[in-house]
Amino acid sequence: MNPRTSSLTRAVERVAAYAILLVATAVALFPIILILMNSFKARKAIFRAPWLPPLPETFSLIGYEKVLQRSNFDLYFANSLIVTLGSMFFILFFGAMAAWALSEYDFPGNALMGLYLAIGIMIPIRLGTVSILRLIVSMGLVNTRTALILVYTAMGLPLTIFILTQFMRQIPRELKEAARIDGASEYRIFWLILPLVRPAIATVAVFTMIPIWNDLWFPLILAPGEETKTITLGAQQFLGQFISDWNAVLSSLTLAMVPVLILYVLFSRQLIRGLTSGAVK
Amino acid sequence: MAQMSKPARRRRFPFHLVVFLAPATIVYTLFMIYPLLDSMRLSFFAADSAGNEFFVGLQNYITLFTDELWQPRLWGAFKHNVIFFLIHMIVQNSIGLLLAALLTSRTVRGVGFFRTVYFMPTMLSVVIVGFIWQLILSPLWGIAKGILGLVGLQHLFQPWLGLEGPALIALSLISVWQFIGIPMMLFYATLISIPDELIEAATVDGAGGWQIFWRIKFPLILPTVGIVAILTYVGNFNAFDLIYTTQGALAGPNFSTDIMGTFFYRTFFGQQLQLGNPTMGATVATVMFLIILIGVLLYMFFYQRRVQTYEL
Repeated sequence: MNPRTSSLTRAVERVAAYAILLVATAVALFPIILILMNSFKARKAIFRAPWLPPLPETFSLIGYEKVLQRSNFDLYFANSLIVTLGSMFFILFFGAMAAWALSEYDFPGNALMGLYLAIGIMIPIRLGTVSILRLIVSMGLVNTRTALILVYTAMGLPLTIFILTQFMRQIPRELKEAARIDGASEYRIFWLILPLVRPAIATVAVFTMIPIWNDLWFPLILAPGEETKTITLGAQQFLGQFISDWNAVLSSLTLAMVPVLILYVLFSRQLIRGLTSGAVK
Repeated sequence: MAQMSKPARRRRFPFHLVVFLAPATIVYTLFMIYPLLDSMRLSFFAADSAGNEFFVGLQNYITLFTDELWQPRLWGAFKHNVIFFLIHMIVQNSIGLLLAALLTSRTVRGVGFFRTVYFMPTMLSVVIVGFIWQLILSPLWGIAKGILGLVGLQHLFQPWLGLEGPALIALSLISVWQFIGIPMMLFYATLISIPDELIEAATVDGAGGWQIFWRIKFPLILPTVGIVAILTYVGNFNAFDLIYTTQGALAGPNFSTDIMGTFFYRTFFGQQLQLGNPTMGATVATVMFLIILIGVLLYMFFYQRRVQTYEL
């Protein structure tokens, strides 16, 4: 292969690469942008010119007004926030403690314990739903946010423990031994070590947060009551009910989508770094 | 590699060990392991009209696999789920690999931007994604028709979600659209860990991007192909939200989009004409458990052992 053809091939390859990447970008973004744009338009404009952004003469907030009047989006949003943050707290706290025990102490059955706690990474918790519902009923926790928090904590723990154990093993032994010589208790050492795995905890936090916030299954089964509905379930039912009211549908989709997208754009660098450093190994 | 964590030298009973392990173990055992096992137990029981449960052995399974009302639904759901999975494997994972390969080929700029964009739909709730695509594919709005019109294929437009044949394919592709970021990111992570020297040596030898990919990079990412495949498998055989959101619990039209997840939900909770049946639901869940378990075991004992992992 002589140098000229090879540089020509490279140029062709590069153009082709950009073409594919840009088409994929358009495919990924257009549905999201289309919904955002049209949610700020009057009904006629949504149908006549769906591809145009809202212009002064077509701008309208009627959809948002309807959504806020007819549904408890603020309540659903608060429920989702409570459930997600509550679950995250227990997942990260209990998960870090268990990961610490597995990575630091060489007790009999350590490997077996690690394996036991890892089963849930591959086996979906949904398959136990029949018995989870019975358990929640017998505890009198139907239609409570507590029920969701307990189930999501169990759901998030396996992966959290698995990842944090890997990270905690990498902490230099000298640090812990120094603390032990100073007479620190095991609990105190755990607290001292915790800040050292902060990046790993942040990664795990994002991984576990998204499926909880977006889950439809458990709110539908364990907490379908109006008072405890999460935003995902609330949006699903609202949309099902008002599917013919295009303004309301587009606005409620936007309302449900925007907080997640803002968070994602803010934290995407950390998330992607976490994904690319920890997930495969 | 040997992890050298020394045992804390304590003669006394290690109370701290219990304190550290107990909370996670209790919550996990009570709300995950116990329900999974109890569901399996329930699959051997049935209830009479008064709600008393009694042991029936394998009767639920026999009903599920042979009864003329149950059997077609089970096989239908399983068959649709296999199609759902194959479309993900072929379309989602190969496009994910293509995008990751392009982003790591060192010929393009703006890698961070592309990565962020491709992963964006994955962050959205399946419910939102389902409704977005329902609107786009709706003949009322005409967006899909308009796009086809741009390339002169307007006549190909049909209300796909409402047609028995195309509905399942359309839903599979919607799901592919949403989750393509996951294989893309996993492949990307493996590809960037390939040392530069390897690529440079090949470039000096006159290899083009295409050759470098297939001869050098692809063999190195085979372990990731396995991980992506098993994650796709478990995720797909556990899917529910998208079908429920767009087609309802009956997975219409005429059950043509019914997958294991929606079948499980209907069996457990019932719908219009059919009463919910917890023990039959537990039976369906146990069948799903076995399907997933077989996949995971096949992966662990065959793929993971056969495929050579190169130390980089």
